Amino acid sequence: MSGAFILAWMVLLLPLVSTVLISCFTLKNDKLSARISIGAVLAGFVMSLLIFLSAREAGESNITWISIGNFQATLGVKLDNLSALMLLIVTGVGSLIHWYSQGYMKGDRSYSRYFACLSLFTFSMLGIVLASNFMQMFIFWELVGVSSYLLIGFWYERPAAADASKKAFLTNRIGDFGFILGIIMVWAATGSLNFAELKGVFEANPEILGATAGIVGVLLFCGAVGKSAQFPLHVWLPDAMEGPTPVSALIHAATMVAAGVFMLCRIFFLLSPDALQVIAWTGGITALMAAVIALQQNDIKRILAYSTLSQLGYMVMAVGVHAPGAAMFHLTTHAFFKAMLFLGAGSVIHALHHEQDIWKMGGLKEKMPATYKTFLIGTLALCGVPPLSGFFSKDGILAAAADFRHHGNVFLFAIGVLAAVLTTLYMARLVLVAFHGKHRSEAADHSHESPSVMTGPLWILVIPTLFAGFLPIESAVNHVAGLNHAGDHTQAPLAMAFSVLALLIGGSVAWSLYSKAESDPIANRLHGLSTALKNRLYFDEIFNGLIYVTHEAVSKLAEWIDRILLSSFIVKGLSNVVDVFGRGLRLFQTGSIHTYAFLFVVGIALVMFFVMGGVL
Amino acid sequence: MIGLEHYLIVSAILFGLGLMGVVMRSNLIVIYMSLELMLNAANLALVSFSRFTNTVDGQVMVFFVITVAAAEVAVGLALIVALYRKRQISEVDELTSLKL
Repeated sequence: MSGAFILAWMVLLLPLVSTVLISCFTLKNDKLSARISIGAVLAGFVMSLLIFLSAREAGESNITWISIGNFQATLGVKLDNLSALMLLIVTGVGSLIHWYSQGYMKGDRSYSRYFACLSLFTFSMLGIVLASNFMQMFIFWELVGVSSYLLIGFWYERPAAADASKKAFLTNRIGDFGFILGIIMVWAATGSLNFAELKGVFEANPEILGATAGIVGVLLFCGAVGKSAQFPLHVWLPDAMEGPTPVSALIHAATMVAAGVFMLCRIFFLLSPDALQVIAWTGGITALMAAVIALQQNDIKRILAYSTLSQLGYMVMAVGVHAPGAAMFHLTTHAFFKAMLFLGAGSVIHALHHEQDIWKMGGLKEKMPATYKTFLIGTLALCGVPPLSGFFSKDGILAAAADFRHHGNVFLFAIGVLAAVLTTLYMARLVLVAFHGKHRSEAADHSHESPSVMTGPLWILVIPTLFAGFLPIESAVNHVAGLNHAGDHTQAPLAMAFSVLALLIGGSVAWSLYSKAESDPIANRLHGLSTALKNRLYFDEIFNGLIYVTHEAVSKLAEWIDRILLSSFIVKGLSNVVDVFGRGLRLFQTGSIHTYAFLFVVGIALVMFFVMGGVL
Repeated sequence: MIGLEHYLIVSAILFGLGLMGVVMRSNLIVIYMSLELMLNAANLALVSFSRFTNTVDGQVMVFFVITVAAAEVAVGLALIVALYRKRQISEVDELTSLKL
């Protein structure tokens, strides 16, 4: 085992050790708990950096965990460009958010529990990143779900938070169900769960899945639909904002929701063209729909949540148009600037004593200059202003979608451009309303800049936000995914032109609508549309209705089985049979001694006939 | 010449008469008498066998039967008297309280 693998094992296990230490020994000691947790993730970051920079060769180190007959369940670490990059994102963004949490969670009565959960999450996420086989990935996939549940419901005494955590967990379960079915089908067809072995199998025989290839691809994608909150399972992510803001930044913007995209890149070789079509359209629909809904949200965190949905849709769409490199590139840059935006929002919320309505903010530019500057840089990156990181990564995706001769699609490209326009529009609205103009509430008037423990991570995140766009991530990941043709941007000029055009349109519309606005002009003029968007296009209501209808149908069926089949035919049926026989037999009991005597004699006569019949 | 079969035929006739009495009559006392008739039919058969086979086993058996019959009469008549005292019944058709 070479040095890089030892380091990778340590990166994986340190947060687990931290979780165990905190939950067993230091729950009462807040400072020490925070230090253990931050130490674990920081050490992980340093080691990830060493792994990333070392001249490593792609490979894996496995240990057998359970062995049943021929089946070996292994745990392993797989190192290649993809996992090294993700390691860096998870531990890097994770370190900053752990650090920031010290300030944000100060004074919370469950401070230690928070850090224990955060470490557990880091461990689970690293497990997915380093997974060398499907089984390990699924186990950690579920662990991520659990730790997300724990963190969303961290303030469990608030009913909204408790409900949101349940919703997130259950919605994820639906996706995971498809995921495990897909894993089982892959295993049934190939007899292997190891990614490297599977890749070999698929290179030797691309048709091994036969007619089920499309179904397997879509089932595996179901896992990503749940975890990465794609349409129609996107409903949990906005509600997940009930958790503490650093959690939203780490889990629901930078890492966990990226797990779905990461998984798709990891198993890209498995996905058939049909499945990729489904993936591309799901991503496109999510990107557009979420961007539209974001336009009329007023909660600062929900705007960012829908923005995250929209960007995740972009990434999934990129995978669907055969550009996993572009997807991972956008995932990386997005992780940095979206984490920064969430932390900035957290800083605002913290300063305004948990006020989250942007129409009650305003004028924070002067009160919170550091937060404002970093938030603005993040916004510009998200909108794709050149030469910030978001410009390059978004451009990569648009270029892939515009590559009509290979796998691009003119409609997907149009969706991408339209979503880019809307992205600029809602982010500009957020910045103009929350940070510019006059103070619209007492809290905004009395706000003040957050402590340096919170602004520090913001400034650090500015660096990758500015420069991550120059990293050669796209070609490195495409190399892992086994694609060599991608990455040559024949369509890049077209995409770039449209991307800049989208930026200009979105920016100017937002400026004309919101630069002087005291209330939302869209809500004032297009009342019906605005209400529909505020209610998130009624997805929750539709799902509630659907659940109600299916629930009713299932319970009707169950009632029919129970009442008609079990109760009437089997239970009452049996008793009725016994009853009828009893009534029949009762006819013999006349109560008349003459009958008994007669039957008695007849009986004896019969017995004698049978016993002595042969003699006579 | 009167042989064994004649005795046995008489015995069978007596047994049949007794049986008919038991099955068809409804007065308890009459049923009782018919039962005694059946026992005595059996006794007659036993004695006949004893006589025609020159053994005493049958006669010994008859003594047992007479003894048991005496005991049975004592118990049975006592039951009938007790029943009559309690319920003023002497007809079996009226003894239907066990019937549903």
